[in-house]
Amino acid sequence: MRELDYVRASDVEEAVALVSGDPDARYLGGGTNLVDHLKLGIARPARLVDVGRLGLDGVEEQDGPDGRVLHVGANVRNSDLAAHPVVRSAFPVLSRALLSGASGQLRHQASTGGNLLQRTRCVYFQDVTTPCNKREPGSGCSAVGGYGRQDAVLGASEHCVATHPSDMAVAMAALDAVVVVRGRQGERRVPVRELHRLPGDRPDLDTTLEHGDLVTGVELPFTDAARCSTYLKVRDRASYAFALVSVAAALELDGDVVRDVRIAWGGVAHKPWRATAAEEALTGRAVDEDAVRAAVDAELAAARTTDQTAYKLPMLRGATTRTLLRLAGKDPS
Amino acid sequence: MGEGVRRAASGYGVRMDTTIELTVDGHRRQLTVDTRTTLLDALRERLAVTSPKKGCDHGQCGSCTVLLDGRRHLTCLALAVAFDGSEVVTAEGLAADDALHHVQEAFLEHDGYQCGYCTPGQVCSAVGVLDEAKQGHPSHVTEDLEADVELTDDEIRERMSGNLCRCGAYPGILAAVKEAAGA
Ligand SMILES: Cc1cc2nc3c(=O)[nH]c(=O)nc-3n(C[C@H](O)[C@H](O)[C@H](O)COP(=O)(O)OP(=O)(O)OC[C@H]3O[C@@H](n4cnc5c(N)ncnc54)[C@H](O)[C@@H]3O)c2cc1C
Ligand code: SF4
Ligand code: FES
Ligand code: FES
Repeated sequence: MRELDYVRASDVEEAVALVSGDPDARYLGGGTNLVDHLKLGIARPARLVDVGRLGLDGVEEQDGPDGRVLHVGANVRNSDLAAHPVVRSAFPVLSRALLSGASGQLRHQASTGGNLLQRTRCVYFQDVTTPCNKREPGSGCSAVGGYGRQDAVLGASEHCVATHPSDMAVAMAALDAVVVVRGRQGERRVPVRELHRLPGDRPDLDTTLEHGDLVTGVELPFTDAARCSTYLKVRDRASYAFALVSVAAALELDGDVVRDVRIAWGGVAHKPWRATAAEEALTGRAVDEDAVRAAVDAELAAARTTDQTAYKLPMLRGATTRTLLRLAGKDPS
Repeated sequence: MGEGVRRAASGYGVRMDTTIELTVDGHRRQLTVDTRTTLLDALRERLAVTSPKKGCDHGQCGSCTVLLDGRRHLTCLALAVAFDGSEVVTAEGLAADDALHHVQEAFLEHDGYQCGYCTPGQVCSAVGVLDEAKQGHPSHVTEDLEADVELTDDEIRERMSGNLCRCGAYPGILAAVKEAAGA
Protein backbone atom coordinates (compact mmCIF):
# COMPACT_ATOMS: atom_id res chain seq x y z
CA MET A 1 0.00 0.00 0.00
CA ARG A 2 1.24 3.45 -0.92
CA GLU A 3 2.12 5.96 1.80
CA LEU A 4 -1.06 7.59 2.87
CA ASP A 5 -1.92 11.00 4.18
CA TYR A 6 -5.07 11.09 6.33
CA VAL A 7 -7.09 14.26 6.84
CA ARG A 8 -10.27 14.65 8.77
CA ALA A 9 -12.04 17.52 7.05
CA SER A 10 -13.67 20.02 9.39
CA ASP A 11 -16.42 21.13 7.02
CA VAL A 12 -17.84 20.51 3.56
CA GLU A 13 -15.98 23.42 1.94
CA GLU A 14 -12.65 22.22 3.25
CA ALA A 15 -13.34 18.66 2.14
CA VAL A 16 -14.23 19.74 -1.40
CA ALA A 17 -11.21 22.04 -1.65
CA LEU A 18 -8.85 19.30 -0.43
CA VAL A 19 -10.03 16.65 -2.86
CA SER A 20 -10.80 18.73 -5.94
CA GLY A 21 -7.39 20.39 -5.72
CA ASP A 22 -5.49 17.10 -5.57
CA PRO A 23 -5.87 14.36 -8.20
CA ASP A 24 -4.37 11.83 -5.75
CA ALA A 25 -6.90 12.55 -2.99
CA ARG A 26 -10.07 10.56 -2.30
CA TYR A 27 -12.98 10.84 0.09
CA LEU A 28 -13.24 8.23 2.82
CA GLY A 29 -16.77 7.33 3.93
CA GLY A 30 -17.38 4.16 5.92
CA GLY A 31 -14.37 2.66 4.18
CA THR A 32 -15.94 -0.73 3.50
CA ASN A 33 -15.19 -0.51 -0.22
CA LEU A 34 -12.27 1.91 -0.31
CA VAL A 35 -10.20 0.26 2.45
CA ASP A 36 -10.64 -3.06 0.66
CA HIS A 37 -9.45 -1.41 -2.54
CA LEU A 38 -6.40 0.04 -0.79
CA LYS A 39 -5.46 -3.45 0.34
CA LEU A 40 -6.06 -4.96 -3.10
CA GLY A 41 -4.05 -2.22 -4.81
CA ILE A 42 -7.05 -1.15 -6.90
CA ALA A 43 -7.07 2.33 -5.38
CA ARG A 44 -3.74 4.07 -4.80
CA PRO A 45 -4.56 7.50 -3.40
CA ALA A 46 -1.87 9.55 -1.66
CA ARG A 47 -4.40 11.23 0.61
CA LEU A 48 -7.70 10.30 2.19
CA VAL A 49 -10.08 13.02 3.23
CA ASP A 50 -12.38 11.53 5.86
CA VAL A 51 -15.91 12.88 5.49
CA GLY A 52 -17.38 10.50 8.04
CA ARG A 53 -17.59 13.07 10.82
CA LEU A 54 -18.85 16.03 8.83
CA GLY A 55 -22.37 15.73 10.18
CA LEU A 56 -24.55 15.15 7.08
CA ASP A 57 -26.25 12.46 9.14
CA GLY A 58 -29.82 13.69 9.38
CA VAL A 59 -33.00 12.25 7.84
CA GLU A 60 -35.56 15.05 7.50
CA GLU A 61 -38.73 15.88 5.64
CA GLN A 62 -38.28 19.00 3.52
CA ASP A 63 -40.00 21.02 0.81
CA GLY A 64 -38.02 20.47 -2.37
CA PRO A 65 -38.38 22.43 -5.63
CA ASP A 66 -40.82 19.76 -6.91
CA GLY A 67 -42.70 18.94 -3.73
CA ARG A 68 -42.17 17.23 -0.44
CA VAL A 69 -39.04 15.09 -0.08
CA LEU A 70 -37.23 13.08 2.54
CA HIS A 71 -33.68 14.40 2.70
CA VAL A 72 -31.10 11.78 3.67
CA GLY A 73 -27.61 12.98 4.66
CA ALA A 74 -24.67 11.31 2.92
CA ASN A 75 -23.34 9.97 6.22
CA VAL A 76 -26.54 8.24 7.28
CA ARG A 77 -25.52 4.61 7.76
CA ASN A 78 -27.27 1.94 5.71
CA SER A 79 -28.65 0.28 8.88
CA ASP A 80 -30.10 3.52 10.21
CA LEU A 81 -31.67 4.42 6.88
CA ALA A 82 -33.27 0.98 6.55
CA ALA A 83 -34.70 1.21 10.07
CA HIS A 84 -35.92 4.80 9.83
CA PRO A 85 -39.68 4.85 10.48
CA VAL A 86 -40.48 7.17 7.56
CA VAL A 87 -38.42 5.06 5.16
CA ARG A 88 -40.13 1.88 6.36
CA SER A 89 -43.59 3.31 5.81
CA ALA A 90 -43.19 5.71 2.86
CA PHE A 91 -40.32 4.04 0.94
CA PRO A 92 -40.39 0.33 1.81
CA VAL A 93 -38.48 -0.55 -1.37
CA LEU A 94 -35.51 1.34 0.04
CA SER A 95 -35.61 -0.40 3.43
CA ARG A 96 -35.89 -3.76 1.69
CA ALA A 97 -33.03 -3.06 -0.72
CA LEU A 98 -30.73 -1.89 2.07
CA LEU A 99 -31.60 -4.87 4.29
CA SER A 100 -30.82 -7.27 1.44
CA GLY A 101 -27.29 -5.89 1.09
CA ALA A 102 -24.07 -6.99 2.80
CA SER A 103 -24.34 -7.92 6.52
CA GLY A 104 -25.50 -6.38 9.79
CA GLN A 105 -21.98 -5.21 10.60
CA LEU A 106 -21.30 -3.74 7.16
CA ARG A 107 -24.61 -1.90 7.13
CA HIS A 108 -23.60 -0.07 10.32
CA GLN A 109 -20.42 1.05 8.59
CA ALA A 110 -21.55 1.78 5.03
CA SER A 111 -22.72 5.33 4.34
CA THR A 112 -25.39 6.51 1.90
CA GLY A 113 -22.80 8.41 -0.17
CA GLY A 114 -20.30 5.56 -0.20
CA ASN A 115 -22.94 2.99 -1.10
CA LEU A 116 -23.93 5.01 -4.19
CA LEU A 117 -20.30 5.26 -5.25
CA GLN A 118 -19.15 1.72 -4.50
CA ARG A 119 -17.40 0.10 -7.43
CA THR A 120 -18.15 -3.04 -9.41
CA ARG A 121 -17.49 -6.51 -7.99
CA CYS A 122 -16.26 -7.77 -11.39
CA VAL A 123 -13.67 -10.39 -10.39
CA TYR A 124 -11.12 -9.07 -12.88
CA PHE A 125 -11.53 -5.50 -11.70
CA GLN A 126 -10.63 -6.76 -8.24
CA ASP A 127 -7.58 -8.71 -9.43
CA VAL A 128 -4.75 -6.35 -10.32
CA THR A 129 -2.87 -9.11 -12.15
CA THR A 130 -5.45 -9.17 -14.97
CA PRO A 131 -6.22 -6.62 -17.71
CA CYS A 132 -9.24 -4.42 -16.97
CA ASN A 133 -10.29 -1.27 -18.82
CA LYS A 134 -12.05 0.09 -15.78
CA ARG A 135 -9.02 -0.21 -13.53
CA GLU A 136 -6.41 0.48 -16.20
CA PRO A 137 -7.83 2.21 -19.27
CA GLY A 138 -6.72 0.61 -22.51
CA SER A 139 -5.48 -2.63 -20.94
CA GLY A 140 -8.41 -4.69 -22.27
CA CYS A 141 -11.37 -6.43 -20.69
CA SER A 142 -10.73 -9.86 -19.18
CA ALA A 143 -14.43 -10.51 -18.65
CA VAL A 144 -15.18 -10.64 -22.38
CA GLY A 145 -14.61 -14.31 -23.12
CA GLY A 146 -13.69 -14.98 -19.47
CA TYR A 147 -15.74 -15.76 -16.40
CA GLY A 148 -18.93 -13.87 -17.02
CA ARG A 149 -21.81 -15.13 -14.94
CA GLN A 150 -22.34 -11.73 -13.29
CA ASP A 151 -21.99 -9.71 -16.49
CA ALA A 152 -24.34 -7.08 -17.86
CA VAL A 153 -27.11 -7.94 -20.33
CA LEU A 154 -28.17 -4.37 -21.06
CA GLY A 155 -26.17 -1.30 -22.10
CA ALA A 156 -22.74 -2.97 -22.04
CA SER A 157 -19.96 -2.17 -24.49
CA GLU A 158 -17.08 -4.13 -25.97
CA HIS A 159 -14.87 -2.28 -23.47
CA CYS A 160 -16.67 -3.31 -20.28
CA VAL A 161 -19.49 -5.68 -19.34
CA ALA A 162 -19.45 -5.06 -15.58
CA THR A 163 -22.56 -4.51 -13.44
CA HIS A 164 -23.17 -2.00 -10.68
CA PRO A 165 -23.35 -3.83 -7.35
CA SER A 166 -25.48 -1.56 -5.16
CA ASP A 167 -28.94 -2.67 -4.05
CA MET A 168 -29.70 0.72 -2.51
CA ALA A 169 -29.06 2.55 -5.77
CA VAL A 170 -31.57 0.35 -7.61
CA ALA A 171 -34.28 1.28 -5.12
CA MET A 172 -33.31 4.94 -5.41
CA ALA A 173 -33.54 4.76 -9.21
CA ALA A 174 -37.09 3.43 -8.92
CA LEU A 175 -37.91 6.24 -6.48
CA ASP A 176 -36.55 8.99 -8.80
CA ALA A 177 -34.23 10.10 -6.02
CA VAL A 178 -32.08 13.17 -6.51
CA VAL A 179 -28.46 13.26 -5.36
CA VAL A 180 -27.27 16.52 -3.82
CA VAL A 181 -23.68 17.20 -4.82
CA ARG A 182 -21.24 19.86 -3.69
CA GLY A 183 -18.46 20.61 -6.13
CA ARG A 184 -16.02 23.40 -6.79
CA GLN A 185 -18.80 25.43 -8.43
CA GLY A 186 -21.17 25.03 -5.50
CA GLU A 187 -24.19 22.81 -5.01
CA ARG A 188 -26.12 21.00 -7.72
CA ARG A 189 -28.73 18.26 -7.87
CA VAL A 190 -28.28 15.19 -10.02
CA PRO A 191 -31.14 12.71 -10.56
CA VAL A 192 -29.81 9.37 -9.39
CA ARG A 193 -30.70 7.95 -12.81
CA GLU A 194 -28.13 10.32 -14.30
CA LEU A 195 -25.50 9.69 -11.63
CA HIS A 196 -24.21 6.36 -12.92
CA ARG A 197 -23.29 5.97 -16.57
CA LEU A 198 -23.02 3.25 -19.19
CA PRO A 199 -19.46 2.15 -19.94
CA GLY A 200 -19.17 3.10 -23.63
CA ASP A 201 -15.49 3.65 -24.35
CA ARG A 202 -14.81 5.12 -20.88
CA PRO A 203 -15.49 2.30 -18.44
CA ASP A 204 -13.02 3.91 -16.02
CA LEU A 205 -15.76 6.46 -15.30
CA ASP A 206 -18.51 4.93 -13.13
CA THR A 207 -20.45 8.14 -12.75
CA THR A 208 -21.01 11.58 -14.21
CA LEU A 209 -19.42 13.22 -11.16
CA GLU A 210 -16.16 15.11 -11.41
CA HIS A 211 -13.16 14.51 -9.22
CA GLY A 212 -13.77 16.34 -5.96
CA ASP A 213 -17.57 16.30 -6.15
CA LEU A 214 -18.88 15.45 -2.69
CA VAL A 215 -22.24 13.75 -2.26
CA THR A 216 -23.87 15.58 0.65
CA GLY A 217 -27.26 13.90 0.56
CA VAL A 218 -30.09 12.28 -1.35
CA GLU A 219 -33.67 13.50 -1.71
CA LEU A 220 -36.53 11.03 -1.95
CA PRO A 221 -39.77 12.47 -3.37
CA PHE A 222 -42.90 11.31 -1.53
CA THR A 223 -45.33 9.66 -3.99
CA ASP A 224 -48.26 7.27 -3.72
CA ALA A 225 -46.37 4.67 -5.73
CA ALA A 226 -43.40 4.82 -3.32
CA ARG A 227 -45.67 3.77 -0.43
CA CYS A 228 -46.61 0.64 -2.35
CA SER A 229 -43.15 -0.57 -3.27
CA THR A 230 -40.82 -3.47 -2.67
CA TYR A 231 -37.52 -5.09 -3.63
CA LEU A 232 -36.79 -8.63 -4.74
CA LYS A 233 -33.20 -9.84 -4.89
CA VAL A 234 -32.15 -13.12 -6.48
CA ARG A 235 -28.77 -14.47 -5.42
CA ASP A 236 -26.69 -17.60 -5.05
CA ARG A 237 -27.35 -17.91 -1.33
CA ALA A 238 -30.10 -16.63 0.93
CA SER A 239 -28.05 -13.87 2.55
CA TYR A 240 -24.75 -11.95 2.42
CA ALA A 241 -24.34 -12.16 -1.35
CA PHE A 242 -24.57 -9.71 -4.22
CA ALA A 243 -27.53 -9.86 -6.59
CA LEU A 244 -27.59 -11.97 -9.73
CA VAL A 245 -30.59 -9.86 -10.67
CA SER A 246 -32.86 -7.69 -8.57
CA VAL A 247 -36.11 -5.81 -9.04
CA ALA A 248 -37.22 -2.59 -7.36
CA ALA A 249 -40.82 -1.71 -8.11
CA ALA A 250 -43.39 0.86 -7.03
CA LEU A 251 -47.02 0.77 -8.05
CA GLU A 252 -50.05 3.01 -7.87
CA LEU A 253 -53.31 1.55 -9.14
CA ASP A 254 -56.49 3.29 -10.21
CA GLY A 255 -59.02 0.59 -9.51
CA ASP A 256 -57.59 -2.32 -11.43
CA VAL A 257 -55.52 -0.29 -13.79
CA VAL A 258 -51.94 0.98 -13.44
CA ARG A 259 -51.77 4.74 -12.92
CA ASP A 260 -48.07 4.93 -12.02
CA VAL A 261 -45.45 2.21 -12.07
CA ARG A 262 -41.69 2.37 -11.61
CA ILE A 263 -39.43 -0.58 -12.25
CA ALA A 264 -35.66 -0.66 -11.80
CA TRP A 265 -33.36 -3.64 -12.22
CA GLY A 266 -30.08 -4.44 -10.54
CA GLY A 267 -27.40 -6.86 -11.68
CA VAL A 268 -28.12 -6.26 -15.35
CA ALA A 269 -26.12 -3.18 -16.32
CA HIS A 270 -23.28 -0.80 -15.50
CA LYS A 271 -25.90 1.32 -13.72
CA PRO A 272 -29.22 0.70 -12.00
CA TRP A 273 -31.49 0.03 -14.99
CA ARG A 274 -34.79 1.85 -15.08
CA ALA A 275 -37.13 -0.27 -17.23
CA THR A 276 -38.98 2.59 -18.89
CA ALA A 277 -40.24 0.56 -21.86
CA ALA A 278 -41.78 -1.93 -19.44
CA GLU A 279 -43.32 0.90 -17.41
CA GLU A 280 -44.92 2.38 -20.55
CA ALA A 281 -46.25 -0.97 -21.63
CA LEU A 282 -47.95 -1.47 -18.25
CA THR A 283 -49.38 1.99 -17.69
CA GLY A 284 -53.15 2.01 -18.16
CA ARG A 285 -53.38 -1.78 -18.06
CA ALA A 286 -54.44 -4.27 -15.44
CA VAL A 287 -51.59 -6.08 -13.67
CA ASP A 288 -51.68 -9.73 -14.63
CA GLU A 289 -49.06 -12.26 -15.54
CA ASP A 290 -49.40 -11.82 -19.30
CA ALA A 291 -49.23 -8.05 -19.14
CA VAL A 292 -46.10 -8.05 -16.98
CA ARG A 293 -44.36 -10.64 -19.12
CA ALA A 294 -45.10 -8.65 -22.25
CA ALA A 295 -43.85 -5.49 -20.60
CA VAL A 296 -40.61 -7.15 -19.46
CA ASP A 297 -40.08 -8.53 -22.96
CA ALA A 298 -40.49 -5.05 -24.41
CA GLU A 299 -37.65 -3.90 -22.15
CA LEU A 300 -35.51 -6.93 -22.86
CA ALA A 301 -35.74 -6.51 -26.64
CA ALA A 302 -32.42 -4.67 -26.37
CA ALA A 303 -30.76 -7.30 -24.17
CA ARG A 304 -27.58 -9.05 -25.31
CA THR A 305 -26.63 -12.26 -23.56
CA THR A 306 -23.89 -14.88 -23.65
CA ASP A 307 -24.09 -18.55 -22.68
CA GLN A 308 -23.13 -17.45 -19.19
CA THR A 309 -25.68 -14.64 -18.80
CA ALA A 310 -28.67 -16.04 -20.71
CA TYR A 311 -30.16 -17.23 -17.40
CA LYS A 312 -30.72 -13.64 -16.35
CA LEU A 313 -33.59 -13.00 -18.77
CA PRO A 314 -36.03 -15.66 -17.51
CA MET A 315 -34.93 -14.76 -13.99
CA LEU A 316 -35.84 -11.11 -14.58
CA ARG A 317 -39.17 -12.10 -16.11
CA GLY A 318 -40.01 -14.26 -13.13
CA ALA A 319 -38.80 -11.80 -10.50
CA THR A 320 -40.54 -8.81 -12.07
CA THR A 321 -43.81 -10.68 -12.48
CA ARG A 322 -43.76 -11.88 -8.92
CA THR A 323 -42.93 -8.44 -7.58
CA LEU A 324 -45.67 -6.60 -9.47
CA LEU A 325 -48.35 -9.19 -8.81
CA ARG A 326 -47.51 -9.00 -5.14
CA LEU A 327 -47.73 -5.20 -5.13
CA ALA A 328 -51.08 -5.44 -6.93
CA GLY A 329 -52.34 -7.73 -4.18
CA LYS A 330 -52.51 -10.74 -6.49
CA ASP A 331 -49.97 -12.85 -4.67
CA PRO A 332 -48.63 -15.40 -7.13
CA SER A 333 -48.42 -18.93 -5.80
CA MET B 1 -8.42 12.58 20.79
CA GLY B 2 -4.83 11.77 19.92
CA GLU B 3 -2.31 14.40 18.97
CA GLY B 4 -1.93 13.49 15.31
CA VAL B 5 -5.55 13.74 14.36
CA ARG B 6 -6.00 17.00 16.22
CA ARG B 7 -3.50 18.43 13.79
CA ALA B 8 -5.50 16.99 10.94
CA ALA B 9 -8.65 18.75 12.06
CA SER B 10 -6.95 22.11 11.60
CA GLY B 11 -6.30 21.30 7.99
CA TYR B 12 -2.94 19.54 8.01
CA GLY B 13 -2.61 16.00 6.85
CA VAL B 14 -1.23 13.17 8.90
CA ARG B 15 1.31 11.11 7.07
CA MET B 16 2.41 7.76 8.30
CA ASP B 17 2.72 7.72 12.08
CA THR B 18 -0.20 9.12 14.02
CA THR B 19 -1.03 8.99 17.68
CA ILE B 20 -4.59 7.99 18.47
CA GLU B 21 -6.54 7.08 21.56
CA LEU B 22 -8.98 4.20 21.91
CA THR B 23 -10.91 2.84 24.84
CA VAL B 24 -10.53 -0.92 24.52
CA ASP B 25 -12.49 -3.20 26.84
CA GLY B 26 -12.70 -0.42 29.37
CA HIS B 27 -9.07 0.68 29.25
CA ARG B 28 -7.87 3.91 27.72
CA ARG B 29 -5.05 3.12 25.35
CA GLN B 30 -2.86 5.50 23.41
CA LEU B 31 -0.94 4.21 20.46
CA THR B 32 0.99 5.39 17.45
CA VAL B 33 -0.12 3.84 14.20
CA ASP B 34 0.77 4.12 10.56
CA THR B 35 -2.21 5.74 8.78
CA ARG B 36 -2.68 2.52 6.76
CA THR B 37 -3.14 0.31 9.82
CA THR B 38 -6.56 -1.28 10.15
CA LEU B 39 -8.34 -1.25 13.47
CA LEU B 40 -7.98 -5.04 13.50
CA ASP B 41 -4.18 -4.89 13.16
CA ALA B 42 -4.00 -2.07 15.70
CA LEU B 43 -5.88 -4.17 18.25
CA ARG B 44 -4.05 -7.42 17.59
CA GLU B 45 -0.53 -6.39 16.67
CA ARG B 46 -0.14 -3.16 18.61
CA LEU B 47 -2.32 -3.60 21.68
CA ALA B 48 -2.12 -7.41 21.94
CA VAL B 49 -5.91 -7.62 22.10
CA THR B 50 -6.28 -10.85 20.18
CA SER B 51 -9.90 -11.86 20.61
CA PRO B 52 -10.95 -10.27 17.30
CA LYS B 53 -9.64 -12.68 14.68
CA LYS B 54 -8.37 -12.15 11.17
CA GLY B 55 -10.23 -14.53 8.89
CA CYS B 56 -10.50 -13.04 5.42
CA ASP B 57 -9.31 -9.44 5.99
CA HIS B 58 -11.85 -8.34 3.31
CA GLY B 59 -15.16 -7.98 5.13
CA GLN B 60 -16.43 -11.39 4.09
CA CYS B 61 -16.35 -13.55 7.25
CA GLY B 62 -17.17 -11.55 10.38
CA SER B 63 -14.44 -13.03 12.59
CA CYS B 64 -13.02 -9.55 13.27
CA THR B 65 -16.33 -8.22 14.66
CA VAL B 66 -16.25 -5.98 17.73
CA LEU B 67 -18.70 -3.54 19.25
CA LEU B 68 -17.56 -0.10 18.19
CA ASP B 69 -19.25 2.77 19.98
CA GLY B 70 -21.93 0.26 20.89
CA ARG B 71 -22.62 -1.30 17.48
CA ARG B 72 -21.21 -4.36 15.76
CA HIS B 73 -18.51 -3.48 13.27
CA LEU B 74 -15.90 -5.24 11.19
CA THR B 75 -12.43 -4.06 12.14
CA CYS B 76 -10.63 -5.33 9.04
CA LEU B 77 -12.23 -2.69 6.78
CA ALA B 78 -11.72 0.16 9.23
CA LEU B 79 -8.61 2.35 9.35
CA ALA B 80 -7.55 2.88 12.95
CA VAL B 81 -6.92 6.63 12.46
CA ALA B 82 -10.54 7.11 11.46
CA PHE B 83 -11.67 5.81 14.86
CA ASP B 84 -9.54 7.97 17.10
CA GLY B 85 -11.51 8.55 20.29
CA SER B 86 -13.80 5.53 19.82
CA GLU B 87 -14.81 2.89 22.30
CA VAL B 88 -14.14 -0.71 21.36
CA VAL B 89 -15.56 -3.70 23.20
CA THR B 90 -14.24 -7.09 22.11
CA ALA B 91 -15.55 -10.50 23.13
CA GLU B 92 -12.94 -10.49 25.88
CA GLY B 93 -14.29 -7.27 27.31
CA LEU B 94 -17.88 -8.50 27.42
CA ALA B 95 -17.11 -10.61 30.46
CA ALA B 96 -17.16 -8.72 33.76
CA ASP B 97 -14.41 -9.99 36.07
CA ASP B 98 -15.20 -13.70 36.47
CA ALA B 99 -18.74 -13.58 35.16
CA LEU B 100 -19.31 -14.31 31.51
CA HIS B 101 -21.78 -12.26 29.51
CA HIS B 102 -25.10 -14.11 29.12
CA VAL B 103 -24.46 -14.48 25.38
CA GLN B 104 -21.13 -16.15 26.14
CA GLU B 105 -22.86 -18.45 28.65
CA ALA B 106 -25.39 -19.42 26.01
CA PHE B 107 -22.63 -20.27 23.49
CA LEU B 108 -21.01 -22.52 26.11
CA GLU B 109 -24.25 -24.19 27.00
CA HIS B 110 -25.27 -24.93 23.41
CA ASP B 111 -21.86 -25.78 21.95
CA GLY B 112 -21.99 -22.76 19.66
CA TYR B 113 -18.49 -23.50 18.37
CA GLN B 114 -16.02 -26.18 17.57
CA CYS B 115 -12.51 -24.80 16.98
CA GLY B 116 -13.53 -21.41 18.42
CA TYR B 117 -11.87 -19.23 15.79
CA CYS B 118 -15.05 -17.49 14.69
CA THR B 119 -16.52 -17.42 18.19
CA PRO B 120 -15.40 -13.99 19.49
CA GLY B 121 -16.86 -12.44 16.32
CA GLN B 122 -20.05 -14.50 16.62
CA VAL B 123 -20.49 -13.45 20.23
CA CYS B 124 -20.02 -9.75 19.54
CA SER B 125 -22.34 -10.00 16.56
CA ALA B 126 -24.99 -11.76 18.65
CA VAL B 127 -24.83 -9.00 21.28
CA GLY B 128 -25.38 -6.52 18.44
CA VAL B 129 -28.29 -8.55 17.05
CA LEU B 130 -30.08 -8.57 20.40
CA ASP B 131 -29.64 -4.84 20.75
CA GLU B 132 -30.86 -4.12 17.20
CA ALA B 133 -33.91 -6.32 17.75
CA LYS B 134 -34.65 -4.45 20.97
CA GLN B 135 -34.55 -1.20 19.01
CA GLY B 136 -37.02 -2.66 16.52
CA HIS B 137 -34.68 -2.81 13.53
CA PRO B 138 -36.21 -4.98 10.79
CA SER B 139 -34.22 -7.48 8.73
CA HIS B 140 -34.36 -8.87 5.21
CA VAL B 141 -36.74 -11.65 6.32
CA THR B 142 -39.06 -9.43 8.39
CA GLU B 143 -42.50 -9.84 6.84
CA ASP B 144 -44.00 -6.56 8.11
CA LEU B 145 -41.45 -3.74 8.17
CA GLU B 146 -43.48 -1.82 10.72
CA ALA B 147 -44.25 -4.60 13.20
CA ASP B 148 -42.30 -5.44 16.37
CA VAL B 149 -39.34 -7.72 15.88
CA GLU B 150 -39.62 -11.31 17.01
CA LEU B 151 -36.36 -13.25 16.90
CA THR B 152 -37.54 -16.42 15.16
CA ASP B 153 -35.03 -18.96 13.82
CA ASP B 154 -35.20 -17.37 10.38
CA GLU B 155 -34.64 -13.91 11.83
CA ILE B 156 -31.61 -15.09 13.80
CA ARG B 157 -30.12 -16.90 10.79
CA GLU B 158 -30.52 -13.81 8.63
CA ARG B 159 -29.20 -11.38 11.23
CA MET B 160 -26.17 -13.58 11.97
CA SER B 161 -25.39 -14.20 8.28
CA GLY B 162 -22.36 -11.88 8.38
CA ASN B 163 -20.51 -14.35 10.61
CA LEU B 164 -19.28 -17.48 8.90
CA CYS B 165 -18.25 -20.60 10.79
CA ARG B 166 -15.93 -22.97 8.98
CA CYS B 167 -16.67 -25.70 11.50
CA GLY B 168 -20.36 -25.41 10.70
CA ALA B 169 -21.42 -24.94 14.30
CA TYR B 170 -24.51 -23.11 13.08
CA PRO B 171 -27.14 -25.22 14.89
CA GLY B 172 -25.40 -24.51 18.21
CA ILE B 173 -24.96 -20.84 17.39
CA LEU B 174 -28.64 -20.55 16.49
CA ALA B 175 -29.67 -22.26 19.72
CA ALA B 176 -27.34 -20.02 21.74
CA VAL B 177 -28.60 -16.78 20.23
CA LYS B 178 -32.18 -17.96 20.62
CA GLU B 179 -31.68 -18.66 24.28
CA ALA B 180 -29.86 -15.38 24.85
CA ALA B 181 -32.73 -13.57 23.11
CA GLY B 182 -35.20 -15.11 25.52
CA ALA B 183 -33.12 -14.28 28.57
C1 LIG C 1 -18.46 -8.69 1.97
C2 LIG C 1 -19.26 -7.56 1.40
C3 LIG C 1 -20.54 -7.81 0.93
C4 LIG C 1 -21.29 -6.78 0.39
N1 LIG C 1 -22.54 -7.04 -0.09
C5 LIG C 1 -23.28 -6.05 -0.64
C6 LIG C 1 -24.57 -6.29 -1.19
O1 LIG C 1 -25.07 -7.41 -1.15
N2 LIG C 1 -25.25 -5.26 -1.73
C7 LIG C 1 -24.72 -3.99 -1.77
O2 LIG C 1 -25.39 -3.09 -2.28
N3 LIG C 1 -23.50 -3.73 -1.29
C8 LIG C 1 -22.77 -4.73 -0.72
N4 LIG C 1 -21.52 -4.46 -0.24
C9 LIG C 1 -20.93 -3.15 -0.51
C10 LIG C 1 -21.21 -2.10 0.52
O3 LIG C 1 -22.58 -1.77 0.45
C11 LIG C 1 -20.34 -0.90 0.19
O4 LIG C 1 -18.99 -1.25 0.44
C12 LIG C 1 -20.69 0.33 1.00
O5 LIG C 1 -22.01 0.71 0.77
C13 LIG C 1 -19.76 1.48 0.67
O6 LIG C 1 -20.02 2.55 1.55
P1 LIG C 1 -18.85 3.20 2.44
O7 LIG C 1 -19.41 4.35 3.17
O8 LIG C 1 -18.16 2.17 3.23
O9 LIG C 1 -17.92 3.71 1.26
P2 LIG C 1 -16.35 3.92 1.15
O10 LIG C 1 -15.66 2.62 1.04
O11 LIG C 1 -15.87 4.86 2.20
O12 LIG C 1 -16.30 4.68 -0.23
C14 LIG C 1 -16.71 4.11 -1.46
C15 LIG C 1 -16.42 5.12 -2.57
O13 LIG C 1 -17.24 6.27 -2.44
C16 LIG C 1 -16.44 7.46 -2.28
N5 LIG C 1 -17.18 8.26 -1.30
C17 LIG C 1 -17.55 7.90 -0.04
N6 LIG C 1 -18.34 8.86 0.50
C18 LIG C 1 -18.48 9.83 -0.43
C19 LIG C 1 -19.20 11.08 -0.50
N7 LIG C 1 -19.96 11.51 0.52
N8 LIG C 1 -19.12 11.82 -1.63
C20 LIG C 1 -18.36 11.40 -2.67
N9 LIG C 1 -17.66 10.25 -2.67
C21 LIG C 1 -17.74 9.46 -1.58
C22 LIG C 1 -15.09 6.97 -1.83
O14 LIG C 1 -14.07 7.86 -2.23
C23 LIG C 1 -14.98 5.64 -2.53
O15 LIG C 1 -14.58 5.83 -3.87
C24 LIG C 1 -20.75 -5.46 0.34
C25 LIG C 1 -19.48 -5.21 0.83
C26 LIG C 1 -18.73 -6.24 1.37
C27 LIG C 1 -17.36 -5.94 1.89
S1 SF4 D 1 -16.02 -6.03 -17.32
FE1 SF4 D 1 -15.27 -3.96 -16.90
S2 SF4 D 1 -14.56 -4.13 -14.81
FE2 SF4 D 1 -14.65 -6.25 -15.58
S3 SF4 D 1 -12.64 -6.69 -16.52
FE3 SF4 D 1 -13.91 -5.87 -18.14
S4 SF4 D 1 -13.39 -3.67 -18.09
FE4 SF4 D 1 -12.76 -4.51 -16.13
S1 FES E 1 -11.48 -10.63 8.89
FE1 FES E 1 -12.90 -8.99 8.89
S2 FES E 1 -14.63 -9.87 7.95
FE2 FES E 1 -13.14 -11.45 7.73
S1 FES F 1 -16.05 -22.76 15.52
FE1 FES F 1 -14.50 -23.16 14.05
S2 FES F 1 -14.90 -21.58 12.62
FE2 FES F 1 -16.61 -21.45 13.87
